Amino acid sequence: MSDLSSSQNGAPKNSLLKVDARTKKRNASEARFKAYGIGAIALGLCFLVTLLVSILGNGVPAFKQTFITIPVELTESKLDKSGTRDLEVMKKVTTFGYKPLVENALVAALEKEGIENPFAKAKDLAKLLSSSAPAQVRDVVLDNPNLVGQTVEFRLLAGSRVDGYFKGRVTRDALARDKNLDAAHLDIADAMVAAGMMDTTFNADFVLGADASESRPEQAGIGVSMVGSLFMMIVVLCLSLPIGVAASIYLEEFAPQNKWTDLIEVNISNLAAVPSIVYGILGLAVFIQFAHLPQSAPLVGGLVLTLMTLPTIIISTRASLKAVPPSIRDAALGIGASKMQSVFHHVLPLAMPGILTGTIIGLAQALGETAPLLLIGMVGFIASNMPDGIASGFLDPNSAMPAQIYEWAKRADPAYYERAWGGIIILLGFLMTMNIIAVILRRRFERRW
Amino acid sequence: MNDMRIVKRDVEMNDIKISAKDVQVYYGDTHAIKDVNVEIKDKTVTAFIGPSGCGKSTFLRCLNRMNDTIDICRVSGEIKIEGEDIYDKRVDPVQLRAKVGMVFQKPNPFPKSIYDNIAYGPRIHGLARSKADLDDIVEKSLRRGAIWDEVKDRLHAPGTGLSGGQQQRLCIARAVATEPEVLLMDEPCSALDPIATAQVEELIDELRENFSVVIVTHSMQQAARVSQKTAFFHLGNLVEYGETAQIFTNPEDPRTESYITGRIG
Repeated sequence: MSDLSSSQNGAPKNSLLKVDARTKKRNASEARFKAYGIGAIALGLCFLVTLLVSILGNGVPAFKQTFITIPVELTESKLDKSGTRDLEVMKKVTTFGYKPLVENALVAALEKEGIENPFAKAKDLAKLLSSSAPAQVRDVVLDNPNLVGQTVEFRLLAGSRVDGYFKGRVTRDALARDKNLDAAHLDIADAMVAAGMMDTTFNADFVLGADASESRPEQAGIGVSMVGSLFMMIVVLCLSLPIGVAASIYLEEFAPQNKWTDLIEVNISNLAAVPSIVYGILGLAVFIQFAHLPQSAPLVGGLVLTLMTLPTIIISTRASLKAVPPSIRDAALGIGASKMQSVFHHVLPLAMPGILTGTIIGLAQALGETAPLLLIGMVGFIASNMPDGIASGFLDPNSAMPAQIYEWAKRADPAYYERAWGGIIILLGFLMTMNIIAVILRRRFERRW
Repeated sequence: MNDMRIVKRDVEMNDIKISAKDVQVYYGDTHAIKDVNVEIKDKTVTAFIGPSGCGKSTFLRCLNRMNDTIDICRVSGEIKIEGEDIYDKRVDPVQLRAKVGMVFQKPNPFPKSIYDNIAYGPRIHGLARSKADLDDIVEKSLRRGAIWDEVKDRLHAPGTGLSGGQQQRLCIARAVATEPEVLLMDEPCSALDPIATAQVEELIDELRENFSVVIVTHSMQQAARVSQKTAFFHLGNLVEYGETAQIFTNPEDPRTESYITGRIG
């Protein structure tokens, strides 16, 4: 009342136009808090940018590969002495038989182009080539025996150091300490590029191919382990989604509230926090040592990852079931729907976006998991062949993408280090795709009404 | 107790739909409903009034066993619908709820189309033999719910997109679509504005022709307007039950009088 009268008389006692000390203090603390928030986000973004830049910077070269294109004379006297083109006989000629052909072809090609060759031995010059080059030629010949006797143009892998030279990984200074390659090799390589015999292009084999032995990084690819990961994800999805959703529906909607369900609830929460390597050793003991499932198989990997993913899916499914308003359940029960009808007709569709998001996040987690795979033998195994069917896809030894990356990062050759980064790009691509699918699904289901 | 005397005086035994005898409800250790005896007539609107927390909603939810969904809730005593004890072991609550429909305090349409909201009950109970049958049921129910004219052009629009009052009438239509014999309404107008309330009240009056309606309400004016019988609950007891006019003009119990005159509650 007194304020009212004073405002009529002129300036009010507590003018709103003047900020008092207390308000100033509160405003200042709010501004500080906002600044902390912005700072935290900026720091996070910094890390993210650093991460992406370093991954892309290190990994992108892995997608490119230097190739040497030369004509190779497929001498009949070396490759098929009998002249019968009988595959069984021709298979007896190993890659060692092809090696001189390839080496001589390289020498001849240089001579033809007039590139100076200071090496007396063809073997020394051939260090430009990958040691898998003879095998490349052999595979082509065995696929098509009629090529024997002809001179065929081949696109052969360059050695990892030559490859590294063009990607800036190998410098001339570094070669002084390297017994494998001389500066002269690099001169020849430069000349070959100028002559159009050598080029660096996109390498599809890195994405689609199989892993290679330690000394041949230029041949290694992530394709087979990608298939291994795919089969594992199929196992994880087919097991963890139905089991997880069924378990959560039971616990959330049907189970009585008593100490047993409380105990189960606590344990599920705890399981979500169990280190993944523990699941690995459990899988080793149960699936391999007890159930005698094959080692290193995606089936076993999938089973182990299912155990790991289940708590995540159960927790997120229960959370989304809880988020469905109880009035919907009442509505359904009130018009005589059974408990199960009310859950499956009304509650579950509303909880679907949350369930799907949880499932995909669980799957993404499983896709990137390495530790449990260490223990069931999916690391260290060189998966050299694509599985030749669905059954063998599940049961034959294979690797998985993160395991393959770990394996490459472990190897000494810097060319493998580069491949590890490249593998990470592919893995991140998969994870991002899955997250985008999760977002799209969530939007789509939410947009229904 | 004097309320028993009133019941005996007012209700003829031949058209009694629901009779409750010595009903006790416990929530854990709390004794929420004490010794309630009441007989509800067929084709009548019966109002339950009383201050908040007096147990009127709890008792209402006993009549179609919605309390079964609450783990800690225990009901004893005897509630008979047409002479059959609904708490008998052989009674399936799902079947009971098809016979005793319910409308809730907050409008709660399913997040589906208007048509599917109404059709859901008949579908799960197998009331329609063909699509045309179902269309008929939907139209009839929406007409009974006094909402047909407003929604007939957008039956496939979401039910959640209607206004609050329309949603509540949709929920009433949904409840009558399963052809219940009793309709329980738990404060059906508490979330509605006066105009929507008036519409719903008018509707309740029309529903009386086919159903016996039990309505819980906070508003004594509403009870006076729509009901023929009124029961007054206080602290878990049924204090007084009788003709609405009599309860409001000449209550027998001093507690009823204090509540009606605004001294308690």
